Amino acid sequence: MDASTWVAKRTPPNALARLFDYKPFLIAVCLFPALGLLLAFLTYPLGLGIYLSFTDTQIGGNGKWVGLENFIDLMEDPIFLQSVWWTFVYTAIATIGKFALGLWLALLLNDNIPFKSAIRAIILLPYIVPTVLSAIAFWWIYDPQFSIISYVVVDQLGLRDKYYDFLGEPWPARWSLIVANIWRGIPFVAITLLAGLQTISPSLYEAAMLDGASPWQRFRRITAPLLMPILAIVMTFSVLFTFTDFQLVYAITRGGPINATHLMATLAFQRGIPAGQLGEGAAIAVAMIPFLVFATLFSYYALGNRKWQQGSDND
Amino acid sequence: MSSVSGKRVDSEVQGGVTEAEGPQLMSWDSKTRRFVVVYIPLVIFLIVLLFPFYWMGVTTFKPDNELLDFKNNNPFWVTSPTLANIKKLLFDTDYGHWLVTTMFVAIGSTFLSIFASVLAAYAIQRLRFKGSDYVGLAIYAAYLVPPSILFIPLAQVVFQLGLYDTSFALILTYPTFLVPFCTWLLIGYFKSIPYELEECALIDGASRLQILRRITLPLAVPGLISAGIFAFTLSWNEFIYALAFISSTENKTVPVAILTELVSGDVYHWGALMAGALLGSLPVAIFYMFFVEYYVSSLTGAVKE
Repeated sequence: MDASTWVAKRTPPNALARLFDYKPFLIAVCLFPALGLLLAFLTYPLGLGIYLSFTDTQIGGNGKWVGLENFIDLMEDPIFLQSVWWTFVYTAIATIGKFALGLWLALLLNDNIPFKSAIRAIILLPYIVPTVLSAIAFWWIYDPQFSIISYVVVDQLGLRDKYYDFLGEPWPARWSLIVANIWRGIPFVAITLLAGLQTISPSLYEAAMLDGASPWQRFRRITAPLLMPILAIVMTFSVLFTFTDFQLVYAITRGGPINATHLMATLAFQRGIPAGQLGEGAAIAVAMIPFLVFATLFSYYALGNRKWQQGSDND
Repeated sequence: MSSVSGKRVDSEVQGGVTEAEGPQLMSWDSKTRRFVVVYIPLVIFLIVLLFPFYWMGVTTFKPDNELLDFKNNNPFWVTSPTLANIKKLLFDTDYGHWLVTTMFVAIGSTFLSIFASVLAAYAIQRLRFKGSDYVGLAIYAAYLVPPSILFIPLAQVVFQLGLYDTSFALILTYPTFLVPFCTWLLIGYFKSIPYELEECALIDGASRLQILRRITLPLAVPGLISAGIFAFTLSWNEFIYALAFISSTENKTVPVAILTELVSGDVYHWGALMAGALLGSLPVAIFYMFFVEYYVSSLTGAVKE
């Protein structure tokens, strides 16, 4: 056989194939769907929302520029001010509750327990199931007449003589929402922190125990610092999504009683969509942005911090 | 550490990390202790986390007289289970319609998002260009923009595009939160595939798109499944866009329809409501059972990235 007569049977690439191998073109094509979708349905609406907040637009009509009027009106609106206050309180208490209980659960799961993966799977259920539907279950649990909690406390244990009016009074309604939010948030926190706990080498604990460290010292000096980077990220996400929560409140109380449980998001919806005041609703939504920017920057620096700790390069 | 007695350290060692050496070495003392500090709290956690689902299930199968009478019936159990609530939901409402719409929206937005995310992740992680890190960061930042601040201007965009009250309004807007999530997940996955494989293919004369189709994608299948099922679940559970952009009964998705269509007036039909909540949750719950490991890995992977 004469090797030199062998010719590779390769079809010459046509113009289109060559174009797709031209890197800048390929990069542009690859990025187009994602960036196109995000620019059209995220960046543009974000800008439009800020614009709308300076207009008096109503549904189905074009508004005119009113400058800061929406914001000035909101500053004098007790319902709005109350919703801002309540959004912060709700976020703070629910986040503390979620992280205290979620970290506890993660530590329990990190212990060598039987059926670990089955338990982990079950625990994620509240996170997987549509929030509105579990919120409806909470609504039923909080029913004034047929609440199962009241039944157990009043009829079975006899600790009280009157049924709870969970959703009829401002403070009980607020606590009921916080409990539901914590319930919904524990799985996410527990599972992500568990993943963080599992990356901590057991040899560190062995070394500490040989040195006679107590459980609290092991937690304080090994678990806490090594968990901190992932904790910071999980907390940023959790704070962000609790602050902008909508579903739980809308499903359980719809902002009532007497607007006591309106979060900024539910108030924005109520003013913007059913009442049709797009401009005013947009202004309430825009008022959330400074907080979100702060949380984003926090997340960015937490991420940077983590990379620095791992000593990895910038990728 | 002089305050810690030798005995205490000893029991700690046995109860803690080295228990694999054999439970017979464990003293009764540390066993009880472990029971109290680990198992009891764990069981309480499980009961609290699962109770609303149990309550949903029990209520679904209760006839009305048991539902509203705690004095003569044990509310934690059903003595004469009935399918009346489920029958009411399936035949007296548009539940079938809602289910089909939700499926259509979830599958459509999932495929659209995965398509966009695979290409974007490939460009960012493998084609590597000047500023690719910043594009990646910008997409990550998009994940931090919550739907709660976008739905009002988006309602106007949807209205102007003539998509108001159609499923396409949802299919096109859900990627705003699915694409950032999926892209970040897939960047992580692509990172774990050795680049040498692609270099070999390049030397053998494969084009970039051939490499993506024949080498990178087959190796990234677990990542694609993770991203896909997560995107599907998130679309299934989405609420605020579906509430704001859909107005007619038959175009609603399951979560929105259960809340807005089954609640009429002041009398709540708790049986039917709970049946709706249960049947709306079951598809995702069953789906979840098949892919638990993928869920856990995508949840933790996305946070770790």
